Amino acid sequence: MILLQALVNGMVSGTLLAVPAIGFTAMFAVLRFPNFSVSGIATLGAFAGYLAYSAGLQLAGALAAAFVVAGVVGLFLDRVAHLPLVKQGALPAAIASIASGLVLENVIRFGFGNDLRGFDRPIARDMHLGDIRVSPQQLETMGIALALMLAVFAALAFTRIGKAMRASADNPELAALKGIRPQRVAMIASFVGMGLVGIGGMLLGLDSSIDPLTGTRILLSIFAAAVLGGLGSPTGAVLGAWLIGIAEELSVLVVGSPYRTAVGFFAILIVLTLRPRGLLGERAY
Amino acid sequence: MLNYLLFIATMGGLYGLLALSLNLIWGGAGMVNLGLAGFFAVGAYASAIFTTAGHAPIVAGWALAVIAGGFAGLVVTLSTTRLREDYLAIVTLGFAEVVRLVAANEIWLTRGTDGISGIPGPWKSALGPDFNAVYLLIVLAVLGAVFVLVRRIDRSPYGRVLRAIREDAQVAQVAGKPVLRFKAEAFALSAAIAGLAGALYAHFTSYIAPDLFLPLITIYIFLAVAGGGTGRPAGALVGAYLLMLLLESARFFVELVPAISAVQRAALKELLIAVVLILVLRLAPGGVMPERIPTAPRPSTQGKP
Repeated sequence: MILLQALVNGMVSGTLLAVPAIGFTAMFAVLRFPNFSVSGIATLGAFAGYLAYSAGLQLAGALAAAFVVAGVVGLFLDRVAHLPLVKQGALPAAIASIASGLVLENVIRFGFGNDLRGFDRPIARDMHLGDIRVSPQQLETMGIALALMLAVFAALAFTRIGKAMRASADNPELAALKGIRPQRVAMIASFVGMGLVGIGGMLLGLDSSIDPLTGTRILLSIFAAAVLGGLGSPTGAVLGAWLIGIAEELSVLVVGSPYRTAVGFFAILIVLTLRPRGLLGERAY
Repeated sequence: MLNYLLFIATMGGLYGLLALSLNLIWGGAGMVNLGLAGFFAVGAYASAIFTTAGHAPIVAGWALAVIAGGFAGLVVTLSTTRLREDYLAIVTLGFAEVVRLVAANEIWLTRGTDGISGIPGPWKSALGPDFNAVYLLIVLAVLGAVFVLVRRIDRSPYGRVLRAIREDAQVAQVAGKPVLRFKAEAFALSAAIAGLAGALYAHFTSYIAPDLFLPLITIYIFLAVAGGGTGRPAGALVGAYLLMLLLESARFFVELVPAISAVQRAALKELLIAVVLILVLRLAPGGVMPERIPTAPRPSTQGKP
């Protein structure tokens, strides 16, 4: 029974984790460097959503605030600090992105201090399905995450810009030859990718609490989900996020909660050793 | 005042060791280590545990730190050597995090968040107040030895192979160089140097705890290497002392800002360091001492018509 409960909890947290993981992997596919500033952006999204929610906005409004603030700041940092370095290689850009993540973390710490803050959500009784407990809030955040994912996949599959993005990720030269402007695709990837990361930070903070290290704590899980699914594959990121979510919950039963964050690291090591391109990745970069 | 200067000089020397370690793989082979703080911690804990709980002599502790660092480096790098370097970035970042988790939670071994105190310093009771000066000399001697070693590597055929791998691993492979072996060896050596730096740090301050090995140290060292100039051991040393200068002036600067709390001061300091790193990468990618690429020897004209 504990096992089943852990599986359910893992599915819930995995679904929330999938949102920033899709954002991260999509940015990697288009921009070709691992953007470590997702840690700071996730925290930023969580705080933007928190401020909007405290100011009296509904949940949808707060989520929109998290998306826009994270998207705009993420796009700005990519333009100013990361992408100019990509021509020297992926590594300088990755290092700069660690630094800008640190900048965001400390801007938030400067403004809000290290205290934990909680979203003041209405209290509701847990629902019981047999012996399994789920709170209505969990179901709500999970529903939001699923709806967002559907929207992203629909956009990738059916809209012009979604197709342009996939084409550009697949073969940038060929896409440019076909008249797809790489600059524009890159900007949209930064904005939407970081927006999703911001929403992800808020969703993960919604049921617990937020502080300047919120994003840093989920960084490894986001990477693990993306690498496990195959870097650059949005569908893979979702699958990876579910697996990581479940593995993290199960690990709590086996080795206790302190080592929860180590699960991501070992998942990455195992995947890279056995199947470097990940579960659904088409190639290892 | 003298003690303060000695402390700064010693810490600068330890950062110098870490900078040499990073420069060997980043400047040398184009690999990255975002878990430098983790290897630093591995060395510090290995030596601290071996000399306190194991009652081993200090030199044995340092040797163990070198071995432990190198071994950890080998384990981390084995799964990623075949792949693009960004995978190594992700793996090393995770490694440092796991090291900190282990240090904080395996209380039977590491005493958890309380940390290990009473780590012996060489001849500490005999030296009394002169300990800091003597320890500085020890650190500088080790630094000098490691500097000579990495400069030898840098200028040897081995170093040329590493640079060839940095420029284009495929070409190096085609030229018959065992790329994977070179990368794994370079990374392990680099991690061993970081481990040694950790051990020297532990016996200098006599106290270590998980919170002393934050990822911020890794950022510092990247700043030192990028600022000093990637690809030149001398640049790494200059960068390490420039870093010390920056850290201390940032500390004085944030003290001057009126009406902010201690947390805000700390946040402001970290923020400054991160911004400087971005600026250095963006505006001065070669650092103060840019790499000198020796010109290729002209093909000999003798024996041709």
